[in-house]
Amino acid sequence: MSEHHHEESHVIEYGSYIFIWLGLLAFTGITVTVSGINLGNWTIVIALFIACVKSWYVLNYFMHMKYEDTIFKVFILTALFTFFIFLGFTFWDYSFTR
Amino acid sequence: MSSLDHAAVHQPHRDDYGSRMGMWLFLFTELILFGGLFIIYAVYRFVHQQEFHLAAQELNTTIGLINTIALLTSSMTAAMSITAMQKGNVRFSKALIWVTIGFAFVFMVNKYFEWGSKISHGIYPGSKDLLAKPEGEILYFGLYYVMTGLHTLHVIIGVIFFLFILRQIKQGKIASDRYVRLENSALYWHLVDLIWIFLFPLFYLIH
Repeated sequence: MSEHHHEESHVIEYGSYIFIWLGLLAFTGITVTVSGINLGNWTIVIALFIACVKSWYVLNYFMHMKYEDTIFKVFILTALFTFFIFLGFTFWDYSFTR
Repeated sequence: MSSLDHAAVHQPHRDDYGSRMGMWLFLFTELILFGGLFIIYAVYRFVHQQEFHLAAQELNTTIGLINTIALLTSSMTAAMSITAMQKGNVRFSKALIWVTIGFAFVFMVNKYFEWGSKISHGIYPGSKDLLAKPEGEILYFGLYYVMTGLHTLHVIIGVIFFLFILRQIKQGKIASDRYVRLENSALYWHLVDLIWIFLFPLFYLIH
């Protein structure tokens, strides 16, 4: 095939997946535990932070993003950037018009 | 055209790299679809903090937690089915896909009972009981039904994808040297998992 489309498929071992899965379960446990403690506004911040960490593992290992070319990572950053523009501008609008 | 060119034309066209890239581009449209709903959630939660708080107490955290575990585990088995296929262990790969589908059903049965109990308590979009509640709670349950409903629709579509994959494995269209469709279906499934990773704390864990 063409020059840069090198198709060496990366095989991730079953053990690595189990390791990631255990980590994800542990993070879920932490989220549930933390939600039981009254930390005011920090509760949501911590919950979202843990959700982001979990997503990072799912993206990189389960979805193999770690082993994809740079262009895939550029895509995902563009998509997230777009999303945060939507989010940011909506809140900006809200805090001035209310 | 020489006979050599002709031979090249008859090579079945295949571009796994492009296929995966296409799948990722599709997943980004999904991100924006759910992202829009998450933004609506964020704004209304910001405006009606107390009422979101109250409404969330009515959800069963245990059911939410079981569904989280079901989706995380199914995500792992979906990813493992690719490893099995790469290693040429087609039977194990198929078994793992069935396990994934099994967890999807656990998720949906749970969701059925969860929605069922809410509906039997008179909490569903447009119900008299719900409309009698404060605005924030109406919005919370509206978003709850739309977001978890759209998510469950994705679970159903994911199951359909995997059933197609199983059929194509049987037909020999997916094998240890050509499995990009399995990879793409797994990517779709992981997206379903990713969205749930955010839905769970945002709807079930506001205490």
